[in-house]
Amino acid sequence: MLETAIILAKIWGVLLTLVTLAAIMTWVERKQSAVMQDRLGANRADVFGLRIIGLFQPMADGIKMFFKEDFVPPKGDKFLHTLAPIVAFFPAVVIFAVVPFGDVLRIGTLEIPLQVARLNIGYLFILAFGGLTIYGTVLAGWSSNNKYSLLGGLRAAAQMISYEVCVGLSLVGLIMVFGTLQLDLMVKQQGELIFGFLPAWGIFYQPLGFLLFFPAVIAETKRVPFDLPEGESEIIGYYTEYSGLRFGLFYFAEFIEIIVMSALFSTLFFGGYQVPYLYADGFVFPWGGSWNLPHLVVVLLQLGSFFIKIAFFCWLQVLIRWTLPRFRYDQLMRLCWTGILPLAVLNILITGGILLLIKG
Amino acid sequence: MIIELLTQIIFWAFVILTVGSAIVVVFSKRIIYSAFALLFTLFGVAGLYVFLAADFLAASQLLVYVGGILTLIIFGVFLTTKLHGMSIPEQTHQRYLAIIPVAGIIAILFYVFFSVDWFAHASAAEPTTKDLGKLLLTTYLVPFEVASVLLLAALIGAMRLARPREEDQDD
Repeated sequence: MLETAIILAKIWGVLLTLVTLAAIMTWVERKQSAVMQDRLGANRADVFGLRIIGLFQPMADGIKMFFKEDFVPPKGDKFLHTLAPIVAFFPAVVIFAVVPFGDVLRIGTLEIPLQVARLNIGYLFILAFGGLTIYGTVLAGWSSNNKYSLLGGLRAAAQMISYEVCVGLSLVGLIMVFGTLQLDLMVKQQGELIFGFLPAWGIFYQPLGFLLFFPAVIAETKRVPFDLPEGESEIIGYYTEYSGLRFGLFYFAEFIEIIVMSALFSTLFFGGYQVPYLYADGFVFPWGGSWNLPHLVVVLLQLGSFFIKIAFFCWLQVLIRWTLPRFRYDQLMRLCWTGILPLAVLNILITGGILLLIKG
Repeated sequence: MIIELLTQIIFWAFVILTVGSAIVVVFSKRIIYSAFALLFTLFGVAGLYVFLAADFLAASQLLVYVGGILTLIIFGVFLTTKLHGMSIPEQTHQRYLAIIPVAGIIAILFYVFFSVDWFAHASAAEPTTKDLGKLLLTTYLVPFEVASVLLLAALIGAMRLARPREEDQDD
Protein backbone atom coordinates (compact mmCIF):
# COMPACT_ATOMS: atom_id res chain seq x y z
CA MET A 1 0.00 0.00 0.00
CA LEU A 2 2.69 2.45 1.08
CA GLU A 3 4.89 1.37 -1.82
CA THR A 4 2.11 1.97 -4.32
CA ALA A 5 1.47 5.39 -2.81
CA ILE A 6 5.15 6.29 -3.09
CA ILE A 7 5.33 5.17 -6.73
CA LEU A 8 2.19 7.12 -7.64
CA ALA A 9 3.47 10.15 -5.74
CA LYS A 10 6.75 10.02 -7.64
CA ILE A 11 4.96 9.75 -11.00
CA TRP A 12 2.71 12.69 -10.20
CA GLY A 13 5.54 14.71 -8.74
CA VAL A 14 7.73 14.28 -11.80
CA LEU A 15 4.85 14.92 -14.19
CA LEU A 16 3.74 18.09 -12.44
CA THR A 17 7.30 19.38 -12.15
CA LEU A 18 7.91 18.75 -15.84
CA VAL A 19 4.73 20.48 -16.93
CA THR A 20 5.35 23.44 -14.64
CA LEU A 21 8.93 23.79 -15.79
CA ALA A 22 7.79 23.57 -19.41
CA ALA A 23 5.33 26.42 -18.80
CA ILE A 24 8.13 28.48 -17.29
CA MET A 25 10.37 27.55 -20.23
CA THR A 26 7.91 29.14 -22.68
CA TRP A 27 8.39 32.34 -20.73
CA VAL A 28 12.17 31.87 -20.55
CA GLU A 29 12.39 31.45 -24.30
CA ARG A 30 10.41 34.63 -24.98
CA LYS A 31 12.28 36.63 -22.39
CA GLN A 32 15.73 35.36 -23.31
CA SER A 33 15.17 35.96 -27.01
CA ALA A 34 13.94 39.44 -26.15
CA VAL A 35 17.07 40.20 -24.14
CA MET A 36 19.26 38.85 -26.95
CA GLN A 37 17.49 41.05 -29.50
CA ASP A 38 17.43 44.12 -27.25
CA ARG A 39 13.67 44.03 -26.70
CA LEU A 40 11.64 43.89 -23.49
CA GLY A 41 9.73 40.68 -24.15
CA ALA A 42 6.47 39.51 -22.61
CA ASN A 43 5.68 41.83 -19.70
CA ARG A 44 1.99 42.74 -20.04
CA ALA A 45 0.16 39.90 -18.32
CA ASP A 46 -0.70 40.97 -14.79
CA VAL A 47 -2.82 39.80 -11.88
CA PHE A 48 -4.22 42.73 -9.86
CA GLY A 49 -1.48 44.95 -11.24
CA LEU A 50 1.22 42.49 -10.20
CA ARG A 51 3.56 41.66 -13.08
CA ILE A 52 6.72 39.94 -11.76
CA ILE A 53 8.66 40.45 -15.02
CA GLY A 54 5.94 38.81 -17.08
CA LEU A 55 5.85 35.48 -15.24
CA PHE A 56 2.06 35.34 -15.53
CA GLN A 57 2.41 35.13 -19.31
CA PRO A 58 2.41 31.28 -19.46
CA MET A 59 -0.86 31.23 -17.48
CA ALA A 60 -2.42 33.78 -19.80
CA ASP A 61 -1.23 31.73 -22.78
CA GLY A 62 -2.79 28.61 -21.34
CA ILE A 63 -6.14 30.28 -20.76
CA LYS A 64 -6.03 31.79 -24.23
CA MET A 65 -5.44 28.40 -25.82
CA PHE A 66 -8.37 26.87 -23.92
CA PHE A 67 -10.77 29.42 -25.34
CA LYS A 68 -9.53 29.49 -28.91
CA GLU A 69 -11.51 27.80 -31.65
CA ASP A 70 -10.44 24.22 -32.08
CA PHE A 71 -10.34 23.93 -35.83
CA VAL A 72 -10.16 20.64 -37.73
CA PRO A 73 -9.59 20.90 -41.48
CA PRO A 74 -12.87 19.73 -43.10
CA LYS A 75 -11.11 17.44 -45.59
CA GLY A 76 -8.55 16.26 -43.07
CA ASP A 77 -8.70 13.10 -41.06
CA LYS A 78 -10.49 13.95 -37.84
CA PHE A 79 -9.40 10.94 -35.79
CA LEU A 80 -5.71 11.11 -36.69
CA HIS A 81 -5.78 14.89 -36.40
CA THR A 82 -6.87 14.50 -32.77
CA LEU A 83 -4.46 11.67 -32.09
CA ALA A 84 -1.33 13.43 -33.37
CA PRO A 85 -0.74 15.92 -30.52
CA ILE A 86 -1.25 13.15 -27.97
CA VAL A 87 1.27 10.94 -29.75
CA ALA A 88 3.71 13.86 -29.83
CA PHE A 89 3.27 14.63 -26.14
CA PHE A 90 3.45 11.11 -24.71
CA PRO A 91 7.07 10.02 -25.44
CA ALA A 92 8.50 13.39 -24.38
CA VAL A 93 7.09 12.91 -20.89
CA VAL A 94 7.69 9.18 -20.59
CA ILE A 95 11.43 9.43 -21.25
CA PHE A 96 11.95 11.27 -17.96
CA ALA A 97 10.79 8.16 -16.08
CA VAL A 98 14.24 6.56 -16.25
CA VAL A 99 16.21 9.70 -15.35
CA PRO A 100 17.41 9.67 -11.72
CA PHE A 101 16.91 13.07 -10.10
CA GLY A 102 18.59 12.16 -6.81
CA ASP A 103 20.17 9.30 -4.94
CA VAL A 104 18.19 7.51 -2.23
CA LEU A 105 15.99 9.38 0.22
CA ARG A 106 15.91 7.74 3.67
CA ILE A 107 13.03 8.39 6.01
CA GLY A 108 13.48 6.19 9.07
CA THR A 109 13.94 2.69 7.66
CA LEU A 110 12.21 3.58 4.41
CA GLU A 111 14.44 3.92 1.35
CA ILE A 112 12.99 5.81 -1.60
CA PRO A 113 15.05 5.79 -4.80
CA LEU A 114 14.64 9.21 -6.40
CA GLN A 115 13.86 7.89 -9.86
CA VAL A 116 10.49 6.84 -11.26
CA ALA A 117 11.64 3.60 -12.93
CA ARG A 118 14.97 1.96 -12.13
CA LEU A 119 15.29 0.18 -15.45
CA ASN A 120 18.19 -2.04 -16.39
CA ILE A 121 17.76 -1.02 -20.04
CA GLY A 122 17.52 2.69 -19.17
CA TYR A 123 19.33 4.13 -22.15
CA LEU A 124 17.63 1.78 -24.62
CA PHE A 125 14.31 2.88 -23.15
CA ILE A 126 15.21 6.48 -23.95
CA LEU A 127 16.21 5.61 -27.51
CA ALA A 128 13.07 3.52 -28.01
CA PHE A 129 10.69 6.24 -26.88
CA GLY A 130 12.79 8.90 -28.58
CA GLY A 131 12.02 7.05 -31.80
CA LEU A 132 8.29 7.40 -31.13
CA THR A 133 8.42 11.20 -31.23
CA ILE A 134 8.48 11.01 -35.03
CA TYR A 135 4.91 9.80 -35.20
CA GLY A 136 3.27 12.85 -33.69
CA THR A 137 4.87 14.99 -36.34
CA VAL A 138 4.17 12.61 -39.20
CA LEU A 139 0.55 12.02 -38.18
CA ALA A 140 -0.03 15.75 -37.85
CA GLY A 141 1.50 16.36 -41.25
CA TRP A 142 -0.62 13.73 -42.95
CA SER A 143 -3.96 14.18 -41.25
CA SER A 144 -4.14 17.94 -41.90
CA ASN A 145 -4.69 17.43 -45.62
CA ASN A 146 -2.42 20.37 -46.32
CA LYS A 147 0.61 20.22 -48.60
CA TYR A 148 2.75 22.36 -46.32
CA SER A 149 1.93 20.15 -43.37
CA LEU A 150 2.72 17.05 -45.38
CA LEU A 151 6.06 18.52 -46.47
CA GLY A 152 6.83 19.26 -42.84
CA GLY A 153 5.91 15.74 -41.81
CA LEU A 154 8.06 14.20 -44.54
CA ARG A 155 11.02 16.39 -43.66
CA ALA A 156 10.60 15.44 -40.01
CA ALA A 157 10.52 11.74 -40.80
CA ALA A 158 13.69 11.90 -42.91
CA GLN A 159 15.54 14.11 -40.44
CA MET A 160 14.64 12.23 -37.30
CA ILE A 161 15.30 8.77 -38.66
CA SER A 162 18.75 9.92 -39.78
CA TYR A 163 19.66 11.57 -36.52
CA GLU A 164 18.38 8.66 -34.46
CA VAL A 165 21.31 6.67 -35.81
CA CYS A 166 23.71 9.41 -34.75
CA VAL A 167 22.19 9.73 -31.27
CA GLY A 168 22.48 5.99 -30.76
CA LEU A 169 26.05 5.60 -32.02
CA SER A 170 27.51 8.71 -30.40
CA LEU A 171 26.72 7.31 -26.98
CA VAL A 172 28.11 3.80 -27.42
CA GLY A 173 31.51 4.98 -26.19
CA LEU A 174 30.03 6.26 -22.95
CA ILE A 175 28.18 3.00 -22.39
CA MET A 176 31.45 1.12 -22.93
CA VAL A 177 33.17 3.27 -20.30
CA PHE A 178 30.45 2.85 -17.69
CA GLY A 179 29.67 -0.74 -18.63
CA THR A 180 25.94 -0.30 -18.03
CA LEU A 181 22.77 0.98 -19.64
CA GLN A 182 21.19 1.77 -16.30
CA LEU A 183 21.12 5.50 -15.76
CA ASP A 184 21.31 5.54 -11.97
CA LEU A 185 24.40 3.28 -12.05
CA MET A 186 25.97 5.63 -14.60
CA VAL A 187 25.38 8.58 -12.29
CA LYS A 188 26.73 6.64 -9.28
CA GLN A 189 29.98 6.01 -11.15
CA GLN A 190 30.22 9.70 -11.96
CA GLY A 191 30.43 10.43 -8.23
CA GLU A 192 33.94 9.04 -8.12
CA LEU A 193 37.15 10.92 -8.89
CA ILE A 194 39.75 10.63 -11.68
CA PHE A 195 43.38 11.22 -10.60
CA GLY A 196 42.08 11.94 -7.11
CA PHE A 197 40.67 15.39 -7.86
CA LEU A 198 38.69 15.51 -11.13
CA PRO A 199 35.03 14.44 -10.84
CA ALA A 200 34.54 11.33 -13.00
CA TRP A 201 31.90 12.97 -15.19
CA GLY A 202 31.13 11.53 -18.60
CA ILE A 203 32.41 14.64 -20.37
CA PHE A 204 35.96 13.93 -19.12
CA TYR A 205 35.82 10.34 -20.39
CA GLN A 206 34.02 11.11 -23.64
CA PRO A 207 34.60 14.70 -24.81
CA LEU A 208 34.15 13.72 -28.46
CA GLY A 209 31.07 11.68 -27.56
CA PHE A 210 29.46 14.75 -26.05
CA LEU A 211 30.34 16.97 -29.01
CA LEU A 212 28.59 14.45 -31.30
CA PHE A 213 25.66 13.70 -29.00
CA PHE A 214 24.74 17.33 -28.38
CA PRO A 215 23.95 18.44 -31.98
CA ALA A 216 22.35 15.08 -32.77
CA VAL A 217 19.93 15.45 -29.86
CA ILE A 218 19.10 19.04 -30.76
CA ALA A 219 18.33 17.82 -34.28
CA GLU A 220 16.01 15.22 -32.77
CA THR A 221 14.09 17.94 -30.95
CA LYS A 222 13.61 19.75 -34.30
CA ARG A 223 14.70 23.16 -33.05
CA VAL A 224 16.70 25.85 -34.86
CA PRO A 225 19.23 25.31 -36.48
CA PHE A 226 17.56 21.99 -37.35
CA ASP A 227 13.94 23.18 -37.59
CA LEU A 228 13.33 22.16 -41.20
CA PRO A 229 10.08 20.32 -40.39
CA GLU A 230 8.77 23.60 -39.00
CA GLY A 231 10.63 26.11 -41.15
CA GLU A 232 8.45 29.09 -40.22
CA SER A 233 9.71 31.23 -43.07
CA GLU A 234 9.23 28.63 -45.81
CA ILE A 235 6.57 26.00 -45.08
CA ILE A 236 5.22 26.83 -41.58
CA GLY A 237 5.36 23.13 -40.98
CA TYR A 238 3.53 20.12 -39.72
CA TYR A 239 1.27 22.01 -37.32
CA THR A 240 0.02 24.58 -39.81
CA GLU A 241 -3.56 23.33 -39.42
CA TYR A 242 -3.55 23.17 -35.64
CA SER A 243 -5.12 25.69 -33.31
CA GLY A 244 -6.14 26.05 -29.72
CA LEU A 245 -5.04 23.51 -27.19
CA ARG A 246 -4.06 20.95 -29.81
CA PHE A 247 -1.42 23.34 -31.04
CA GLY A 248 -0.70 23.98 -27.38
CA LEU A 249 0.17 20.33 -26.86
CA PHE A 250 2.72 20.41 -29.69
CA TYR A 251 4.15 23.62 -28.32
CA PHE A 252 4.29 22.17 -24.84
CA ALA A 253 5.83 18.90 -26.01
CA GLU A 254 8.68 20.88 -27.55
CA PHE A 255 9.48 22.58 -24.26
CA ILE A 256 9.19 19.34 -22.31
CA GLU A 257 11.63 17.84 -24.79
CA ILE A 258 14.07 20.68 -24.13
CA ILE A 259 13.92 20.00 -20.40
CA VAL A 260 14.17 16.22 -20.77
CA MET A 261 17.13 16.55 -23.13
CA SER A 262 18.83 18.92 -20.69
CA ALA A 263 18.28 16.33 -17.98
CA LEU A 264 19.85 13.74 -20.27
CA PHE A 265 22.91 15.88 -21.01
CA SER A 266 23.52 16.40 -17.32
CA THR A 267 22.77 12.78 -16.38
CA LEU A 268 25.00 11.23 -19.02
CA PHE A 269 27.86 13.70 -19.25
CA PHE A 270 27.77 16.05 -16.27
CA GLY A 271 27.26 13.80 -13.28
CA GLY A 272 23.47 14.07 -13.01
CA TYR A 273 22.59 14.89 -9.42
CA GLN A 274 26.22 14.57 -8.25
CA VAL A 275 27.91 17.53 -6.61
CA PRO A 276 31.72 17.34 -6.86
CA TYR A 277 33.27 15.97 -3.64
CA LEU A 278 29.83 15.45 -2.03
CA TYR A 279 29.33 11.93 -0.67
CA ALA A 280 26.50 10.33 1.28
CA ASP A 281 27.74 11.80 4.59
CA GLY A 282 28.86 15.21 3.39
CA PHE A 283 31.80 16.82 1.62
CA VAL A 284 35.22 15.13 1.54
CA PHE A 285 37.71 17.40 -0.21
CA PRO A 286 40.72 15.94 -2.07
CA TRP A 287 43.03 18.52 -0.49
CA GLY A 288 42.11 17.19 2.94
CA GLY A 289 39.35 18.21 5.26
CA SER A 290 35.72 17.20 5.32
CA TRP A 291 32.36 18.67 6.18
CA ASN A 292 29.67 16.38 7.53
CA LEU A 293 26.11 17.12 6.53
CA PRO A 294 22.77 15.56 7.57
CA HIS A 295 21.14 13.21 5.08
CA LEU A 296 18.31 15.56 4.14
CA VAL A 297 20.71 18.38 3.31
CA VAL A 298 22.72 16.05 1.06
CA VAL A 299 19.57 15.01 -0.80
CA LEU A 300 18.49 18.62 -1.21
CA LEU A 301 21.96 19.58 -2.47
CA GLN A 302 21.76 16.78 -5.03
CA LEU A 303 18.32 17.87 -6.21
CA GLY A 304 19.55 21.45 -6.41
CA SER A 305 22.63 20.48 -8.38
CA PHE A 306 20.53 18.51 -10.86
CA PHE A 307 18.15 21.43 -11.24
CA ILE A 308 20.96 23.91 -11.84
CA LYS A 309 22.48 21.66 -14.51
CA ILE A 310 19.10 21.31 -16.24
CA ALA A 311 18.60 25.07 -16.11
CA PHE A 312 22.04 25.63 -17.62
CA PHE A 313 21.35 23.33 -20.58
CA CYS A 314 17.90 24.84 -21.12
CA TRP A 315 19.58 28.24 -21.24
CA LEU A 316 22.21 26.93 -23.66
CA GLN A 317 19.57 25.44 -25.99
CA VAL A 318 17.58 28.67 -26.10
CA LEU A 319 20.83 30.56 -26.70
CA ILE A 320 21.64 28.31 -29.67
CA ARG A 321 18.12 28.60 -31.02
CA TRP A 322 18.26 32.39 -31.18
CA THR A 323 21.84 32.58 -32.44
CA LEU A 324 22.15 30.25 -35.42
CA PRO A 325 20.33 30.38 -38.77
CA ARG A 326 18.59 27.31 -40.20
CA PHE A 327 20.57 24.60 -42.01
CA ARG A 328 19.81 23.77 -45.62
CA TYR A 329 18.44 20.28 -46.18
CA ASP A 330 21.61 18.94 -47.85
CA GLN A 331 23.78 20.46 -45.12
CA LEU A 332 21.61 18.78 -42.51
CA MET A 333 21.99 15.37 -44.10
CA ARG A 334 25.69 15.84 -44.77
CA LEU A 335 26.31 16.79 -41.14
CA CYS A 336 24.64 13.58 -40.00
CA TRP A 337 25.91 10.99 -42.46
CA THR A 338 29.38 12.29 -43.28
CA GLY A 339 30.12 14.28 -40.13
CA ILE A 340 28.69 12.83 -36.97
CA LEU A 341 28.35 9.19 -38.03
CA PRO A 342 32.00 8.45 -39.02
CA LEU A 343 33.30 10.37 -36.02
CA ALA A 344 30.98 8.39 -33.75
CA VAL A 345 32.33 5.12 -35.14
CA LEU A 346 35.88 6.46 -34.71
CA ASN A 347 35.01 7.36 -31.13
CA ILE A 348 33.84 3.80 -30.48
CA LEU A 349 37.10 2.41 -31.92
CA ILE A 350 39.29 4.76 -29.85
CA THR A 351 37.31 4.09 -26.68
CA GLY A 352 37.53 0.34 -27.26
CA GLY A 353 41.28 0.55 -27.82
CA ILE A 354 41.88 2.58 -24.66
CA LEU A 355 39.65 0.32 -22.57
CA LEU A 356 41.56 -2.69 -23.89
CA LEU A 357 44.88 -1.06 -22.92
CA ILE A 358 43.72 -0.14 -19.41
CA LYS A 359 41.72 -3.20 -18.45
CA GLY A 360 43.78 -5.71 -20.44
CA MET B 1 -2.79 -6.02 -3.94
CA ILE B 2 -3.26 -2.73 -5.75
CA ILE B 3 -0.02 -3.34 -7.66
CA GLU B 4 -1.34 -6.71 -8.84
CA LEU B 5 -4.63 -5.18 -9.90
CA LEU B 6 -2.83 -2.40 -11.78
CA THR B 7 -0.59 -4.97 -13.45
CA GLN B 8 -3.63 -6.92 -14.58
CA ILE B 9 -5.31 -3.80 -15.95
CA ILE B 10 -2.17 -2.74 -17.83
CA PHE B 11 -1.68 -6.25 -19.20
CA TRP B 12 -5.23 -6.42 -20.60
CA ALA B 13 -4.89 -2.90 -21.96
CA PHE B 14 -1.83 -4.04 -23.91
CA VAL B 15 -3.65 -7.15 -25.12
CA ILE B 16 -6.61 -5.13 -26.37
CA LEU B 17 -4.28 -2.57 -27.96
CA THR B 18 -2.32 -5.26 -29.78
CA VAL B 19 -5.23 -7.33 -31.03
CA GLY B 20 -7.50 -4.37 -31.78
CA SER B 21 -4.95 -2.51 -33.83
CA ALA B 22 -3.88 -5.73 -35.57
CA ILE B 23 -7.48 -6.15 -36.73
CA VAL B 24 -7.36 -2.64 -38.19
CA VAL B 25 -4.07 -3.47 -39.92
CA VAL B 26 -5.59 -6.45 -41.65
CA PHE B 27 -9.09 -5.22 -42.47
CA SER B 28 -8.60 -1.53 -43.16
CA LYS B 29 -9.37 -0.55 -46.74
CA ARG B 30 -6.92 2.35 -46.66
CA ILE B 31 -3.27 1.48 -46.60
CA ILE B 32 -2.37 4.56 -44.54
CA TYR B 33 -4.62 3.40 -41.69
CA SER B 34 -3.02 -0.03 -41.82
CA ALA B 35 0.41 1.56 -41.56
CA PHE B 36 -0.52 3.74 -38.58
CA ALA B 37 -2.37 0.91 -36.84
CA LEU B 38 0.76 -1.18 -37.19
CA LEU B 39 2.43 1.39 -34.90
CA PHE B 40 0.06 0.44 -32.07
CA THR B 41 0.34 -3.28 -32.79
CA LEU B 42 4.13 -3.20 -32.57
CA PHE B 43 3.97 -1.02 -29.46
CA GLY B 44 1.52 -3.44 -27.83
CA VAL B 45 3.73 -6.41 -28.65
CA ALA B 46 6.65 -4.61 -27.00
CA GLY B 47 4.46 -4.21 -23.91
CA LEU B 48 3.70 -7.94 -23.93
CA TYR B 49 7.45 -8.66 -24.12
CA VAL B 50 7.83 -6.68 -20.90
CA PHE B 51 5.28 -8.94 -19.22
CA LEU B 52 7.34 -11.93 -20.38
CA ALA B 53 10.40 -10.40 -18.67
CA ALA B 54 12.16 -9.83 -21.98
CA ASP B 55 13.18 -6.24 -21.31
CA PHE B 56 15.93 -5.97 -23.91
CA LEU B 57 13.73 -7.47 -26.59
CA ALA B 58 10.95 -5.02 -25.76
CA ALA B 59 13.23 -2.01 -26.11
CA SER B 60 14.75 -3.35 -29.33
CA GLN B 61 11.28 -3.98 -30.69
CA LEU B 62 10.40 -0.31 -30.18
CA LEU B 63 13.78 0.86 -31.39
CA VAL B 64 14.02 -1.21 -34.55
CA TYR B 65 10.46 -1.87 -35.65
CA VAL B 66 8.60 1.20 -34.41
CA GLY B 67 11.44 3.71 -34.58
CA GLY B 68 13.02 2.49 -37.79
CA ILE B 69 11.18 0.11 -40.08
CA LEU B 70 7.68 1.47 -39.60
CA THR B 71 8.89 5.03 -40.20
CA LEU B 72 10.22 3.90 -43.55
CA ILE B 73 6.95 2.11 -44.36
CA ILE B 74 4.93 5.23 -43.56
CA PHE B 75 7.39 7.32 -45.53
CA GLY B 76 6.79 5.05 -48.50
CA VAL B 77 3.01 5.14 -48.10
CA PHE B 78 3.09 8.94 -47.92
CA LEU B 79 4.98 9.21 -51.14
CA THR B 80 2.80 6.76 -53.04
CA THR B 81 -0.83 7.33 -52.02
CA LYS B 82 -1.60 10.94 -51.64
CA LEU B 83 0.64 13.26 -53.56
CA HIS B 84 -0.21 12.21 -57.11
CA GLY B 85 -3.89 11.63 -56.52
CA MET B 86 -3.67 8.06 -57.77
CA SER B 87 -5.01 5.15 -55.82
CA ILE B 88 -3.10 1.93 -55.47
CA PRO B 89 -5.05 -1.33 -55.42
CA GLU B 90 -5.73 -2.35 -51.85
CA GLN B 91 -7.88 -5.45 -52.21
CA THR B 92 -6.99 -9.07 -51.53
CA HIS B 93 -5.93 -11.63 -54.11
CA GLN B 94 -5.62 -15.42 -54.05
CA ARG B 95 -7.64 -15.81 -50.90
CA TYR B 96 -7.71 -19.61 -50.90
CA LEU B 97 -4.05 -20.20 -51.74
CA ALA B 98 -3.14 -17.97 -48.79
CA ILE B 99 -4.70 -20.49 -46.41
CA ILE B 100 -1.73 -22.85 -46.80
CA PRO B 101 1.09 -20.58 -45.56
CA VAL B 102 -1.18 -19.03 -42.92
CA ALA B 103 -2.10 -22.46 -41.55
CA GLY B 104 1.60 -23.33 -41.46
CA ILE B 105 2.49 -20.18 -39.52
CA ILE B 106 -0.36 -20.75 -37.09
CA ALA B 107 0.79 -24.33 -36.53
CA ILE B 108 4.35 -23.19 -35.73
CA LEU B 109 3.06 -20.44 -33.41
CA PHE B 110 0.83 -22.89 -31.53
CA TYR B 111 3.68 -25.37 -31.24
CA VAL B 112 5.92 -22.69 -29.66
CA PHE B 113 3.07 -21.42 -27.53
CA PHE B 114 2.44 -24.82 -25.93
CA SER B 115 6.03 -26.06 -25.77
CA VAL B 116 7.53 -23.17 -23.74
CA ASP B 117 6.95 -22.80 -20.01
CA TRP B 118 6.13 -19.07 -20.16
CA PHE B 119 5.37 -18.63 -16.48
CA ALA B 120 8.70 -20.01 -15.33
CA HIS B 121 10.55 -17.62 -17.65
CA ALA B 122 8.42 -14.62 -16.81
CA SER B 123 8.62 -15.07 -13.05
CA ALA B 124 12.45 -15.18 -13.13
CA ALA B 125 12.36 -11.50 -14.26
CA GLU B 126 16.12 -10.96 -14.42
CA PRO B 127 17.63 -8.26 -16.62
CA THR B 128 18.56 -9.94 -19.89
CA THR B 129 20.85 -7.39 -21.56
CA LYS B 130 24.16 -8.63 -20.15
CA ASP B 131 23.50 -12.33 -20.86
CA LEU B 132 22.28 -11.58 -24.37
CA GLY B 133 25.42 -9.56 -25.08
CA LYS B 134 27.68 -12.32 -23.83
CA LEU B 135 25.85 -15.00 -25.83
CA LEU B 136 25.96 -12.90 -29.00
CA LEU B 137 29.72 -12.50 -28.74
CA THR B 138 30.52 -16.08 -27.71
CA THR B 139 28.12 -18.94 -28.56
CA TYR B 140 26.24 -17.18 -31.34
CA LEU B 141 29.08 -15.07 -32.74
CA VAL B 142 29.03 -16.63 -36.22
CA PRO B 143 25.26 -16.27 -36.85
CA PHE B 144 25.46 -12.74 -35.45
CA GLU B 145 28.28 -11.77 -37.80
CA VAL B 146 26.68 -13.50 -40.77
CA ALA B 147 23.47 -11.57 -40.14
CA SER B 148 25.36 -8.29 -40.00
CA VAL B 149 27.23 -9.05 -43.22
CA LEU B 150 23.90 -9.87 -44.85
CA LEU B 151 22.45 -6.54 -43.70
CA LEU B 152 25.53 -4.71 -44.98
CA ALA B 153 25.18 -6.41 -48.35
CA ALA B 154 21.49 -5.44 -48.46
CA LEU B 155 22.44 -1.85 -47.62
CA ILE B 156 25.02 -1.62 -50.40
CA GLY B 157 22.66 -3.34 -52.82
CA ALA B 158 19.86 -0.90 -52.00
CA MET B 159 22.16 2.04 -52.62
CA ARG B 160 23.33 0.56 -55.91
CA LEU B 161 19.73 0.12 -57.05
CA ALA B 162 18.58 3.56 -55.91
CA ARG B 163 21.43 5.52 -57.47
CA PRO B 164 21.24 6.32 -61.18
CA ARG B 165 23.72 4.37 -63.33
CA GLU B 166 26.75 6.24 -64.54
CA GLU B 167 25.84 6.06 -68.24
CA ASP B 168 22.41 7.49 -67.40
CA GLN B 169 23.96 10.46 -65.67
CA ASP B 170 25.49 11.75 -68.89
CA ASP B 171 22.09 12.25 -70.50
